[in-house]
Amino acid sequence: MAVEKTCCASAEEEKAVRTALEAFEPVRTNLIPMLHAVQETLGQIPGWAMEEVAETLNVPVAEVWGTASFYTMFDLQSRAKHIIRLCESPPCHITGAAGILDAIQEELGIGPGEVTPDGVFGLELVSCFGVCGVAPAMIVDHEVHGNLRPEMVPQLLQKYREQ
Amino acid sequence: MGLTDIEAKQTKLTAVDRSHVLICAGAACVASGAMEMEALMKAKISELGLTCEVSVFDTGCVGTCDLGPVVVVYPEGTFYVKVKPKDAEEIVTEHLLKGRVVERLLSRTPEEHTVPTIAEHPFFAKQQRIALRNLGVINPEDIQEYVALGGYSALAKALTMTQDEVIQMVLDSGLRGRGGAGFPTGRKWAFAKEVEADQKYVIINGDEGDPGAFMDRSILEGDPHSVIEGLAIAAYCIGATQGYAYVRAEYPLAIKRLQIAIDQAREFGLLGAGIFDKLDFDIEIRKGAGAFVCGEETALMHSIEGLRGEPRPKPPFPAVSGLWGKPTIINNVETLASVPVIVEHGPDWYSAFGTETSKGTKVFALAGNINNTGLIEVPFGTTLRDVVFEIGGGIPRGKAFKAAQTGGPSGGCIPASMLDISLDYESLQKAGSIVGSGGLIIMDEDTCMVDVARFFLEFTVDESCGQCTPCREGVKRMLEILTRITEGKGELADISKLEMLAGGISKTSLCQLGITAPNPVQSTLRYFRDEYIAHVVDKQCPAKVCRALIQYDIVPEHCTGCTLCAKHCPTNAIHGELKGVHTIDQEACIKCGECLARCRTDAVIKV
Repeated sequence: MAVEKTCCASAEEEKAVRTALEAFEPVRTNLIPMLHAVQETLGQIPGWAMEEVAETLNVPVAEVWGTASFYTMFDLQSRAKHIIRLCESPPCHITGAAGILDAIQEELGIGPGEVTPDGVFGLELVSCFGVCGVAPAMIVDHEVHGNLRPEMVPQLLQKYREQ
Repeated sequence: MGLTDIEAKQTKLTAVDRSHVLICAGAACVASGAMEMEALMKAKISELGLTCEVSVFDTGCVGTCDLGPVVVVYPEGTFYVKVKPKDAEEIVTEHLLKGRVVERLLSRTPEEHTVPTIAEHPFFAKQQRIALRNLGVINPEDIQEYVALGGYSALAKALTMTQDEVIQMVLDSGLRGRGGAGFPTGRKWAFAKEVEADQKYVIINGDEGDPGAFMDRSILEGDPHSVIEGLAIAAYCIGATQGYAYVRAEYPLAIKRLQIAIDQAREFGLLGAGIFDKLDFDIEIRKGAGAFVCGEETALMHSIEGLRGEPRPKPPFPAVSGLWGKPTIINNVETLASVPVIVEHGPDWYSAFGTETSKGTKVFALAGNINNTGLIEVPFGTTLRDVVFEIGGGIPRGKAFKAAQTGGPSGGCIPASMLDISLDYESLQKAGSIVGSGGLIIMDEDTCMVDVARFFLEFTVDESCGQCTPCREGVKRMLEILTRITEGKGELADISKLEMLAGGISKTSLCQLGITAPNPVQSTLRYFRDEYIAHVVDKQCPAKVCRALIQYDIVPEHCTGCTLCAKHCPTNAIHGELKGVHTIDQEACIKCGECLARCRTDAVIKV
C-alpha cells in the first residue's frame, strides 16, 4: 500500500486540516490525537495530510506514516460511504456471527475487506468492541447494532442505503 | 476548597419528585434502542404534564445486558426489561400516571414467575458490587450525584494521611491489578514512590481489548468519577502531578462521559491546582486507535508518546522508568474504581471479601451461551457453578454447559467437570487458565473447542505487533495447523507440533501477548484432547461446527415434501417433487445450513 499522491487536496480540505491541527500544541505526544483530528475532518488520512502533520511536528513524514499505519483505525485510503464492522470475536462467533456474515455477503455481494461497486458499503471483520451482552453485534459507521439475526440484515442495511 | 464547600456548591436537588425513572444508558442498552425509547417516554411525560413530579435519568450499565433496554422506576424499584420504544408510552400512562405496574414488561424467572423489583432479581442476589457500586444508580454525567453518595471523600481522607499510610492501606487490602496480571497494586505504588524524580506520571489503562470483557467500558461509562478519584489518590501516593487516561477508540461513549467527568471535576476544584489545598493534579485523555497490544503497559506508554504501540522488554519496569523515562504507574480501570472504597472503608473491610490469597471482589463479564449475559461482581472464591447457574441463569434452550473460557486470548477453558472451581487467581492458574481481565465466555454443547482455540489464535495473529519472531511467526504456524485440523486435513502429528510450538512461544516471546497466546490451545488440549483426536483421526467434529467435517441430510420419514428447503438452497443442491421426499446433492452442497433453518418438520439433520 502506497501513500496516496499529494496532488488531491482541495484548498478547502487543506484549510480544514490546518485549522484542525492548530488546536494542538506541536509536540510528538499529540501525533495520534492529530491523526484522529485529520481523520475526523477528511474521513481518511491521505498522504498530503500526513505531510502537513509531519511539518507541524517537525518530524520526518516516514515517522508519521510509520505510526499511522500501525493503528488499524486510521484509514490511509478512501473508503466506502458506510463501513460495516462485524465483530468476529468468540462471544459473537458462538452466538451466530457467521450467519450474520453470510447474510451481509448475500445482501451486498462482497466479502470482508471489500467495498460494493457503488462505493456505498464496505465490510470489515473486527475484534470485540465490548457489547458481548447483546452478541452478535456490528457497528455501522458509529451506530452499534446488537442481538442480530440474519433476517434482520436486509432491512437494517436498507436504512443506511437510503441515507 | 474543602469537601463542605463542594457540598455547598451542589445545587439543591428537587425533593418534590414523586418518581425517578432510571434508564440504563450503557452501550448494550443503547444498541438495543434505549435512547429512542427514552425520547418517547420524555415526550409522553411532558404531554401529560408530569414533568414537575417525575424525572428521567440516564445511568450507567445495570449489568443485565441481555434484558436491555432496562428501566428502573423508583421509589418502588420496579424493574422493567426489554422495553421497546413502543412500550414507553404505556409505562408513562399506566405506571407513572395511574400507579399500575405494567406486568408484561417485568422480568421473569425460568419458571415464569414475574420479578417485580430490581432488589428481588436473582441476578443481583449473590453479587457484591464494590467496583460497580454506582453503576445503574447514579447519573454518570452529573458529578453532584457522585459526591452525594460520598464521592471524593476518600480523596479528601487520603490527603489528610501520609503517602506511606495510604500505600499501606492499599497493600493491606490485598488489592491486585484487575487488568490481567494480578500484581499487588500497593507494591506497584510503593516502588514508584521510592524513586526520586522531578516528574512522575499515573495512567488509567482503559485499553480493554480482551474479547468478551467489557467491565472497563461499563465503569467508565457508568461511574467515571470513581476512576478519576482512584487515580488522584494514586497520584498523591507516588507524587505525580500529571495523569493520562488511555481509552480505546472503540469506546466513544466511555470517552465522552470520562471527558465530561474530568471537566466537572476541574470545575469543582477536584482536578487542577490546589485540590483540597494539598494536591496539584490533572488528567488528559488519550484515545487509542485500534491496537490490542496497547493494553500492554510499555506499548501503551509508547502510544501516549506518539509512537508505534510496540512493547519493550522489562525491566526496567514503568515504576522506575516509564512515560518519557519517568517513574509511572499504570492501573486498570476496575482497580482504580476499587481504590476509593478501600480508603473510605479501610483495608480490613475490603479484605474480608474473597479468599486467603485473592482478596476482595472481581467483576466478570458474562457472555456467550448463557441466559443472563452482562456484568457481575462477586467476591473471589465464588464458584463457577454459582456464577453460571445462579447468577447467569444457566444455559439457554436447555443445552448442556460445556466449558467456560476465562481470561480471553491469554486464558484457557474450564470444563464442565470443574464447575465447582473457586474463581480466584490461584485456582484458575492451577487449572491452566487465568482470571485475566474477567471475561467469562460460556459455551454450550454445540461449541467446538478446536474451533474456539482457532478463533483465539486468529485474534492474536491479527493483533501481534510483529516485533518479535516467536509471536509473529510461531502463533501464525499454530493457527495454520489449527485451521488445517478444522478443515479435516489434520494429522495426529499436528497435535504434538502444536504442543512443541506452544512451549517455545511462551518461553521466548517479548511481551505477555505472545507469552500467553498459546494458552487457549494448551488448555483445550488438556481438557478436550479427544475432540482434537476426533478431528484428525476420525475426521469428525463432535460438536458439528467445522463445516468441512459435517454434512446435511434429510430424514425421509420426516420429510413432507414442502419444498421449503429446496426453494431457499442457494446452490440448488436439494432435489425432490412437491409432497415427495427430498434429497441433498452432497457435491453441490456448500453447508450453509439454510435448509436446516428453514425445515419445519425437523427432517434436515447435521451429521
